[in-house]
Amino acid sequence: MGSDLETAVGRLRLRNPTILAAGILGLTGPSLLRVWNAGAGAVVSKSVSREPSEGYPGPTVVQTPSGLLNAMGLPNPGVEDILGEFREAKKGGATVIASVFGGDGEEFASVAREVEKAKVDAVELNLSCPHLETLSIIGHDPDLVGGVVERTKEEVKIPVWAKLPGNTHIQNLVEVAKAAEAAGADALTVSNTYPAMAIDLETGKTILGHGGGGLSGPAIKPISVRLVYEVYEAVRIPVIGSGGVVTSEDAVEYLMAGASAVQIGTGIMERGLGVFEEVCSGIRSFMKERGFGKISEIIGLSH
Amino acid sequence: MENVGTESSSRVAHRPRVLRIKRIVEETPTIKSFYVNCPEVASVAHPGQFVMVWVIGTDEIPMSISGAGKDGELRITVERVGDATERLHALKVGDQIGIRGPYGNWFDLSGEKLLMVGGGDGVAPLAFGAEVASSQGKEITAILGAKTSSELLFRSRMEELSTVLKLTTEDGSAGVKGLATDLLEETLRERKFDSLLACGPEPMLKKVFDIAKPYRVPVQISLERMMKCAIGLCGSCCVGPYRVCTDGPIFMGEQLERVSEEFGVFKRDKCGRKVQVAATRS
Ligand SMILES: Cc1cc2nc3c(=O)[nH]c(=O)nc-3n(C[C@H](O)[C@H](O)[C@H](O)COP(=O)(O)OP(=O)(O)OC[C@H]3O[C@@H](n4cnc5c(N)ncnc54)[C@H](O)[C@@H]3O)c2cc1C
Ligand SMILES: Cc1cc2nc3c(=O)[nH]c(=O)nc-3n(C[C@H](O)[C@H](O)[C@H](O)COP(=O)(O)O)c2cc1C
Ligand code: FES
Repeated sequence: MGSDLETAVGRLRLRNPTILAAGILGLTGPSLLRVWNAGAGAVVSKSVSREPSEGYPGPTVVQTPSGLLNAMGLPNPGVEDILGEFREAKKGGATVIASVFGGDGEEFASVAREVEKAKVDAVELNLSCPHLETLSIIGHDPDLVGGVVERTKEEVKIPVWAKLPGNTHIQNLVEVAKAAEAAGADALTVSNTYPAMAIDLETGKTILGHGGGGLSGPAIKPISVRLVYEVYEAVRIPVIGSGGVVTSEDAVEYLMAGASAVQIGTGIMERGLGVFEEVCSGIRSFMKERGFGKISEIIGLSH
Repeated sequence: MENVGTESSSRVAHRPRVLRIKRIVEETPTIKSFYVNCPEVASVAHPGQFVMVWVIGTDEIPMSISGAGKDGELRITVERVGDATERLHALKVGDQIGIRGPYGNWFDLSGEKLLMVGGGDGVAPLAFGAEVASSQGKEITAILGAKTSSELLFRSRMEELSTVLKLTTEDGSAGVKGLATDLLEETLRERKFDSLLACGPEPMLKKVFDIAKPYRVPVQISLERMMKCAIGLCGSCCVGPYRVCTDGPIFMGEQLERVSEEFGVFKRDKCGRKVQVAATRS
């Protein structure tokens, strides 16, 4: 691990800018550790709530020629049961970010308070879930997002990252980003998957058990790069890019758009767990060729 | 209409092909085999691999491939245990199911003398393996176990394929009264095998692993864990650092040694909570 790839998300230092995305191989300690040992700069856990949840019935994933759809339904064992997994990953030396969600600010804050006990390095708020009362997505409402971030900041000392939903209504996205910043968020992850659907022609039925799902993979990269670019212009806190990173070129593009680090999820399906080292060594060669000494010299270069 | 679905399926690997059930065979009072025409999967399937079966309107569940013909016929063999399998058992010839795969690694059938140990529906992938191995002229010894005589899966199929077949039932209604593992020690003492393949309830697999250890025979054990995506992303099927869907389902003895705190001890439910293996379906 050359220190040349070191980056920082606020006060959290990362050994390199590739992070395992939330919900990918993040349910157990040994699994998080395996990804860490495969070279990720940090690992984000599965999103966890107060109570256990089974998630949606299958099919939970389906591939289309233009990306992967998933509707896992946020299955998780509940915060109490997952703390041991986080502790195990921390004991193995990993930089661990706990993804949390809830139906309202209270639940977000209380789950965040619990995960802090496991000495995780940061908490990421998954704002792409429906608000219990309205069933609209929390992450589209600047007031709700501000409230969730504020309540969480009151409860924990570790950095709080707010992960925004895939939202192409850029004006709204920017308002939400600013609200999160104003409420004290330490960083923003941009973004989650985009609403999508696939229908089987033989039966006329939606393939995903839940009906709708979220689109990920290379198809969404240009869209999320745009969102990162816009959010970077609008806020001063660090931005983390997520969506379709498979190669080092993808990662560098996000860095140039303004991301301090990138998350990788679906890329693992395409490249295996070697994707983290591949992307890192590609970034390293790129920096060498172009004479960049540090990651920070690339961040936001396109602005 | 017939080809529209298959055309879009053929552009991507991880999308169910919706097919009509061609034939259904009642294997035991609780187990049925379903046949579909699926040359894309059948032509590349290896014994030990599995498919994700879309039980339309209910769920998508993993099933071992229990047979694959050169004619493109694919076979799965399903024990009725819950919602989705119940629904599958209610389907008739001509009804639709979705298939994606094949997934996972497969049994290494190299060597001349193979020992197979199967319990319950675990005989499904072994019978497919025995079919392929015997066509290559291998010598197969098999020990099959079930609760009772009528639940012995693929008894006659295995009789045809193996040189030595030993049966056990818990109630003594066929073969030796007891568990498949009761006959393992003496079988291993009788002769030397190049490989031991096992599939079945996890307590049985753990016993197989423990009994075989001093005999230094390479063991290949097929594990079951909760599967949702089957493409190595969701993490629901993990055992230790491994993903059963992509690093397994077949694990070698050395790998199982690494996960000795989990193998035979606990699995995870649909939420990811630990559940004791002894408490799960056996
Ligand atoms: C690689 C693999 C190969 C398998 N091959 C066969 C086979 O050839 N024949 C056969 O009868 N069964 C096989 N199984 C087990 C089969 O997948 C489950 O019995 C089935 O999913 C039960 O679904 P259900 O809705 O009827 O049961 P539920 O009521 O949902 O659950 C009953 C039990 O089934 C298991 N189960 C449920 N859902 C899943 C899932 N998505 N993945 C894994 N286990 C689950 C759990 O142990 C659960 O406690 C295999 C499992 C795996 C992982
Ligand atoms: C199978 C799967 C499960 C996911 N689960 C979560 C989750 O629990 N929480 C979350 O915030 N994002 C979740 N995501 C979204 C990813 O973290 C990521 O933001 C998104 O997939 C885009 O990145 P990618 O193209 O690299 O996959 C999930 C994505 C996939 C494919
Ligand atoms: S079933 Fe999702 S990782 Fe194996």
